[in-house]
Amino acid sequence: MRAAYAAVAAWLERTPPAELEAKRAEAELLFRRVGITFAVYGEGGDPERLIPFDIIPRVLARSEWDRLSAGLSQRVRALNAFLADAYGKQEILKAGVIPASLVTGNEQFRPEMQGFQPPGGVYTHIAGIDLVRTGPDQFYVLEDNARTPSGVSYMLENREAMLRLFPRLLARHRLAPVNRYPEDLLTTLKAAAPDRAGPNPTVVILTPGAFNSAYYEHCFLADEMGVEVVEGADLFVDENVVFMRTTAGPRRVDVIYRRIDDDYLDPRAFRPDSMLGVPGLMAAYRAGNVALCNAPGCGIADDKAIYPFVPQMIRFYLNEDPKLANVPTYLCERDADRAYVLDHLDELVVKLAQGSGGYGMMIGPHATAAERADFAARIKARPADYIAQPTLALSTVPTLCANGVAPRHVDLRPFVLSTKDEVRIVPGGLTRVALREGSLVVNSSQGGGTKDTWVLENDPQEGGAQGAVAC
Amino acid sequence: MLSRSADSLFWLGRYTERAANVARGLSVALRMAGLSAQLGAEGDEWRSLLIATGCEPAFFGKHEEASQENVVDFLVRDPDNPTGIISCFAAARHNARSVRTALTVDMWGALNDSWNTLRHAEFQGERLPGFLEWVRERVLLFNGAAHDTMLRGEPWLFVQLGTALERADNTARLLDVKHHLLAPAQQATVEYAQWQAILQSVSALRAYHWVYKDRLEPAKIAELLILRPELPRSLTACHGRVLEVLDRIAAGQAGRRGECHRMAGELHARLRYGRIEEILSAGLHEYLTDMIMRTAELGNEIEAFYIRA
Repeated sequence: MRAAYAAVAAWLERTPPAELEAKRAEAELLFRRVGITFAVYGEGGDPERLIPFDIIPRVLARSEWDRLSAGLSQRVRALNAFLADAYGKQEILKAGVIPASLVTGNEQFRPEMQGFQPPGGVYTHIAGIDLVRTGPDQFYVLEDNARTPSGVSYMLENREAMLRLFPRLLARHRLAPVNRYPEDLLTTLKAAAPDRAGPNPTVVILTPGAFNSAYYEHCFLADEMGVEVVEGADLFVDENVVFMRTTAGPRRVDVIYRRIDDDYLDPRAFRPDSMLGVPGLMAAYRAGNVALCNAPGCGIADDKAIYPFVPQMIRFYLNEDPKLANVPTYLCERDADRAYVLDHLDELVVKLAQGSGGYGMMIGPHATAAERADFAARIKARPADYIAQPTLALSTVPTLCANGVAPRHVDLRPFVLSTKDEVRIVPGGLTRVALREGSLVVNSSQGGGTKDTWVLENDPQEGGAQGAVAC
Repeated sequence: MLSRSADSLFWLGRYTERAANVARGLSVALRMAGLSAQLGAEGDEWRSLLIATGCEPAFFGKHEEASQENVVDFLVRDPDNPTGIISCFAAARHNARSVRTALTVDMWGALNDSWNTLRHAEFQGERLPGFLEWVRERVLLFNGAAHDTMLRGEPWLFVQLGTALERADNTARLLDVKHHLLAPAQQATVEYAQWQAILQSVSALRAYHWVYKDRLEPAKIAELLILRPELPRSLTACHGRVLEVLDRIAAGQAGRRGECHRMAGELHARLRYGRIEEILSAGLHEYLTDMIMRTAELGNEIEAFYIRA
């Protein structure tokens, strides 16, 4: 056990199981009451599902966080530089560092963005970087989310729940606060506004609507920032200027934090059948009259096929060594990689390059022979669609399960905010936990839960109980 | 404010008020049904409640007989009845969810807790009085949460507008159903109990005694519920509130006004300067039908000006 966990361990030891269980039930009631729900479609049951909340926090020491934070900041600066380059001069492609086909042939590549620079030159203003830990000093980046990463409301609400459930426990620790995230987000969004908008731009959040799984989050953030949540039908474009329909007549909009995918943003530019977007929005954007956060086309930076090249991006654009490691990744499209993958299916995790939400993946060591044969056939048929990675010996953290406290696997998604001048990261992030024993899948759509993530203001003294690594 | 948000808040105000009004109506009908067995007028209460809530045609499309059990089920639970208590809460919650950002945590908590309990509530038989009381209390809690915690901006004004307009409509309908009881020279015991019931359904029995310090008389009951500004559920109080709220919205928008403002002003002036003797001699039923129609038109004009424009 790491020293950072000492106080939590002592607390768990002296708290009777029945009391922990009572607190767990109280937490559930709290979340249900506030309506912190996550919509899951098409599976029957309650359409407004609660994401299970685990009351045992995950703890990081300050020095651990500082290392992570520096690596995250570096990584997102490189991703933004890559996006500017990919839609600009394409120097990294010309230098042969990344195969051009992976970028310009990517289905997330938006030709509409070529030769256009967003206000301030930032593409991914809000990034969510998924990390896992395999040892005391070893973190890996599992995935970059540069489009519309969600989950930050849980980071904030989990802390609120803990403050309410365990005020004394929290008071015994000195925790780095997370509650200034909404203010940082608003600052970031305002900084993205076109110059014309002046010092007080009108910012809105564009949601697909109340049936979207992250709708709670859209409202939560709008509420915390004091901005409107709009649906596509609330906006219209006149002479390349975006307006929202209000009780007092049309009002000009300067910055749109859009939580809908590129494909649905503007039926005139992208999918013509989209009812969610705003006709003419892309033209207004290209005319420099409105900012979109994140910029369209960010998908080429967080694609699983691009992921293996992020360390090279860091070297290429920043001339620095990567501070955070990538998981070794095999691109099935490459002959040598594919041969290796097909030979080692029983020890690899195979994922869809374009997949998300834990769908379309196979975990080799847990798969049956038939499942492996099925994936081998799929890989041979469409090699470019698949990547593979070794299964990592993920660390575990104590989690309250049906039979008491038990170790469970977790990941961590910190949220990285970028303006043209600086990168801000609130200490911590969203910890997701695989509630099923032995499971590595933490996605909320696959039965994962969440925990509060504590970054201690000071490093605790090393010593105390020794044992398994807790992350 | 977004027009869509204004729409949701306006209907949030209307639906919560409607749920409470249906519960009030059911409470009184239940009490009357308990009394009328002795008075020999069984069954009438349930029918007049259906008329007052505007549900009569829909109800008889499904049921043969206006028995207590049928009417209660229809007005509480039936998912085909948009005026039912559970339907109203579902619609209110749906509207609230789409304007989460405009509501306070306390308002959302009151509504969401109600909904979570309501979905599994037992309400038939002996449980009914307690259930109806609970529904009224939940709406009082919601209104109290709004009153105590909501920022006094446009969102607040649109909730108030919905509540006031719905309440005006409810009081007019309720009186209209019982208008024959308020015709002059009816003094039998049945009527006395009915008069009490009318007043109770708008929580105004005590208020009557405070205002008139006299025994119940039909003309005074009509005057209290139509013309007295100090009774918060009277037509004049409700329409005064509608006018005041519309004026405040206009003031916040640099004086931008429309047909709804003119109409609200005219309607309120009629009530403010009205006299009960004239209303009764011209015909209470005609007067109330006209009020119900004008209230509906005013609602349409408000939506046309602020929401659909």
